[in-house]
Amino acid sequence: MPRITYIEHDGTRHEVEAEAGMTVMEAAVKNSVPGIEAECGGACSCATCHVYVADQWRAATGQPEEMEEDMLDFAFDVRETSRLSCQIKVTDELDGLVVHTPEKQF
Amino acid sequence: MTGDVIKTDAVIIGAGPVALFAIFELGLLDIKAHVIDILDKPGGQCAELYPEKPIYDIPALLVVSGQELTDRLLQQIKPFNPVFHLQQRVDELEARGEDGFALKTDTGTQFETRIVIIAAGGGSFTPKRPPLKRIEEMEGKSVFYSVRRIEDFRDRTIVIAGGGDSALDWALALQGVAKRVTLVHRREEFRAAPDSVNKMRALVDAGEMDFIIGQVMELHGDAGQLTSAGIRGKDGETSRLDCDTLLPFFGLTMKLGPVADWGLNLNENKILVDTEKFETSQQRIFAIGDINSYPGKLKLILSGFHEAALMARQAYHYVYPDARYVLQYTTTSTSLQKKLGVR
Repeated sequence: MPRITYIEHDGTRHEVEAEAGMTVMEAAVKNSVPGIEAECGGACSCATCHVYVADQWRAATGQPEEMEEDMLDFAFDVRETSRLSCQIKVTDELDGLVVHTPEKQF
Repeated sequence: MTGDVIKTDAVIIGAGPVALFAIFELGLLDIKAHVIDILDKPGGQCAELYPEKPIYDIPALLVVSGQELTDRLLQQIKPFNPVFHLQQRVDELEARGEDGFALKTDTGTQFETRIVIIAAGGGSFTPKRPPLKRIEEMEGKSVFYSVRRIEDFRDRTIVIAGGGDSALDWALALQGVAKRVTLVHRREEFRAAPDSVNKMRALVDAGEMDFIIGQVMELHGDAGQLTSAGIRGKDGETSRLDCDTLLPFFGLTMKLGPVADWGLNLNENKILVDTEKFETSQQRIFAIGDINSYPGKLKLILSGFHEAALMARQAYHYVYPDARYVLQYTTTSTSLQKKLGVR
C-alpha cells in the first residue's frame, strides 16, 4: 500500500498507509492527521484541504485542473506547489509521497 | 423592516434539505412554518456548495444533484405554502414559556412562534476571515467583508482582495467613489462574469484602477487603523502598498453564530438532542440535521429526514395540546391526501 507523509507547519511528521484510489485528503482524515479540515467533505468546494506538494513529487502529482485552480483562490498563502488534497488520487506510483500542510486552513 | 410581528406555529432556522423536509412533515400535521436562511436561496449547502455534485445515498434515487434534490423538495412542500425569509440571520430568541418564543432577525423581521426548529447544518454562512495578524482589531474600522453603504467608502484608499464576482463587483462599484481602488488577486484569471473582468481591465488600462497579481500577506497599522498592506507578488517578494481599507472577498464558511448564545446544551459546537423527539435542552426548541449531536449520530441527509419526522410528532403535541397524534399513511389517508392536494 502506498505510504504518504504529511508534514505539519512545525515539522511534525505523520506517515500513513493509504489505499490506491482514495484521495490524499481522505487518507489524512481517515488517519486523523491534523492540519487538513476538508470542511466540504471532498467536493472541491472549500479549499480547507490545502497542501504544498514536496518539490520532488510535483511532477508525479500533476497540475490542478481548472476547478481546483479556481477553488485555490479561496485558500491562504497559495504557492506554486499548492494543491487541494481532495483532488490528488493516491496511486501505487505515489508511494512515498510527501506533502506539507499550511499553518492554518482557511 | 420593523413593525408587524409574524405569528406562526413554527419557525425553522435554515433552509437546507432537512429543513425543507421538516416543512413537509410539519405540514402533514397542520403545522404552519416560516423559514429563515442567511443565503439568498433555499437549499443550504446542497445549493450553495455543491449544486452540481451527484448524491448517491438518497433512498430510491440512484443519483441526484444537490440542486435537483433541492428543487424536488421545494416541489414536494408546495402544498404547504411555506414562507421563506432569505438573507436574514436570527439574532435574538426570547423564551415566553408555554406561549413559545419571540424571534428577531438581523434585518428586523420579528416572529412569535410556538416552536423553533434549528436545522442550520454547519451553521450560518459567514465571510471567510484571512488568517492575517491584526485583522480582528481592524474589522469594522479598516477591514470590511461587505459594503452596506457605498458612501462610507468615499475618499478611502482601498485594497480589494479576491478574484470572484464579489471582488470584481465591489471594485467596479467603489471606483470613482474611493480615492483609489487596488484589486489584488493571485493570478491573471478570474472566476467572475467576463463582462466585469473586461470593465476592470479597461479601467486599469485607463489608469483609473490598479490590479496587482499577488496575495495580501501582512497588515500594518495601529489601533485598528490600517496604513499599509504587505503584498506578496508572483516573484515571491513582499512589498508594501499604502492603503487605509481592506475588503477581503474569499467566499463563505460556516459558523454556529448567535445560536451558540441561546443557552442550549452543546457538544463541540453541535446542539445536543434526545433521539426520541430531537428536542434540545430547552423545551419547544428542536435541532435536526447536521447541527445536532447524539450518540450514534451520522451526518447524512437521510438521518436528517428521519429526525424531521420524529420531531414533527412532538411538535404536534405543543401546537395542538388537546389533540391526539395518530400515525397516518399518505398512501391511504384521505385527510393527508387532501392536504397534499392529490385528492
